[in-house]
Amino acid sequence: MGKRRNDIIMLGFSLVLFALLQGAISAKLIGSFWTLNLTLIGINIILAVSLNLINGYTGQFSLGHAGFMAVGAYVGVVLTTNFHVPFIIALLAGGAAAGVLGCLIGLPTLRLRGDYLAIATLGLGEIIRIVIMNIEYVGGAAGFKGIPHHTNFAWVFFVMLFTLFFIKNFVNSAHGRACIAIRENEIAAEAMGVNTTKYKVTAFTLGAAFAGVAGGLFAHCFYLISPNSFTFMQSFNYLIMVVLGGLGSITGSIAGAFFVTFISAALANWPEFRMIIFALMLILLMFYRPQGLFGYIELTNFKIFDKIFRRKEARQ
Amino acid sequence: MSGELLRATNVSQVFGGLKAVSDFNFYINKGELVGLIGPNGAGKTTAFNLFTGVYTPTEGEIIFGGKSIVGLKPYQITERGIARTFQNIRLFSELSVIDNVKIAYHSRVKCGLFESVFRLGRYFAEEKKIADEGRKLLKIFKLEDKINETAKNLPYGAQRRLEIARALATKPKLLLLDEPAAGMNPQETNELMEMIRWIRDEFSLTILLIEHDMSLVMGICQRIYVLEYGAVIATGTPTEIQNNPDVIKAYLGTEE
Ligand SMILES: Nc1ncnc2c1ncn2[C@@H]1O[C@H](COP(=O)(O)OP(=O)(O)O)[C@@H](O)[C@H]1O
Ligand SMILES: [Mg+2]
Repeated sequence: MGKRRNDIIMLGFSLVLFALLQGAISAKLIGSFWTLNLTLIGINIILAVSLNLINGYTGQFSLGHAGFMAVGAYVGVVLTTNFHVPFIIALLAGGAAAGVLGCLIGLPTLRLRGDYLAIATLGLGEIIRIVIMNIEYVGGAAGFKGIPHHTNFAWVFFVMLFTLFFIKNFVNSAHGRACIAIRENEIAAEAMGVNTTKYKVTAFTLGAAFAGVAGGLFAHCFYLISPNSFTFMQSFNYLIMVVLGGLGSITGSIAGAFFVTFISAALANWPEFRMIIFALMLILLMFYRPQGLFGYIELTNFKIFDKIFRRKEARQ
Repeated sequence: MSGELLRATNVSQVFGGLKAVSDFNFYINKGELVGLIGPNGAGKTTAFNLFTGVYTPTEGEIIFGGKSIVGLKPYQITERGIARTFQNIRLFSELSVIDNVKIAYHSRVKCGLFESVFRLGRYFAEEKKIADEGRKLLKIFKLEDKINETAKNLPYGAQRRLEIARALATKPKLLLLDEPAAGMNPQETNELMEMIRWIRDEFSLTILLIEHDMSLVMGICQRIYVLEYGAVIATGTPTEIQNNPDVIKAYLGTEE
């Protein structure tokens, strides 16, 4: 039962963090620029953690995350703007659409391995973008205008919290172990009774679905979205977050998303510096810490909680 | 015929121009401990790969527990009750020893995805059961004090034992061991021999093993198949095999 207690403690910490940040935003201690960036950090955490499920935990090199994000974004804005559907329903529909597409794309592509899978998913992400660009109904290349501004910090924070809860519990369950086994040794995983195709597709579908939800949140931050918001450069950005933080660590993805978004915002006026910094950081990482900042480690792994509680119990 | 667990009839496996296994006929009865020997490249591992669905035979039939298993995927064959170890160890090397074993319970996990993520109902009970059973298995293989160690950091002999423990966690009827004593010293090999005999009785298993260590094979196997260039050149009890002139010529050398 210790696991559930840790969950409750983490939830408590999260709520305190939320109260502090929301308070600071409401009191205008955090200006509109940094509020937007705080919101983007939350969205990017969802994207990085969901990409990590595919790339880090299941070991399938996907580069099409921006494509799934685009699907969720466009499905979402069409529903809210043209059909006045409640925001939550639009987010869920966007996630479901991206998930279904992820499943359909995953079935044939996940037979590919390594670099080939990376190239195929990169291409598929671009195909999604170009298809959207050619749909007049959603504004084509000019973009979709008049989106209601539904996304705020609270929405993002709680959807992010749910995503973290979902993916953390998934990877710690028997189903997540099956995914991790595929990453570790596909042949052995299959020999231990894991239907590797099923679990690769499951991870891909879940990852795509959460990317879709993140896309919906992202789109409703702005008045206009265009297909150019979802280029493969975006997919690379999420990959950088995951790799910096550590493949196979949720804590790492959170740190990576925070870091990359923060640096991007801080260097908003010097965009060319940004790429130099990321490139340098990745090179240094490869030399000194190839497993990423956190590797396979989670912050919640540290036995602090257990120790505190065990001491208490011992005294009783 | 009631005691027969697996039978292969005229099984062949062709790789390009190479017939790695040719017209292979084989059976194993429930509770038997059978050895498969032969020089390197004879097709022994390929036979295991055919039994476990890694390859679908080019020709022939494989019956396990009265049903054909030809064309099934490896995970389906594992579900039916064949487990294996690998000649070149294939552990989940970055994971802990206990996690390696936990994964092997996969076929018997009942909690669905939703139940697992929201940790409803039997989730905690099932996880506890898997962990407890896993720990019990590891104890048998003298790995109980290494439960949280990363698999790749184990000494070689311990890695081989962990592979066997992991295979047993799938609750097999038939266990295939591919060179379990490879890289072990004589003392470790002796312990392993005892262990194999013991687990066969304890888990009422049927075991087929590939091994180069002749003292081990002759010591514990009831029957032996000798493979050369993909074909069975001899079969019989250890004594029969040791006295078979073909085997002596092909495998043991011609000095005798
Ligand atoms: N996947 C494969 N593709 C091509 N040739 C293979 C493959 N697997 C095995 N072989 C060949 O089949 C023959 C038998 O190999 P193997 O079954 O591993 O032998 P053993 O285990 O008896 O040493 C060897 O010549 C090997 O090179
Ligand atoms: Mg071999």
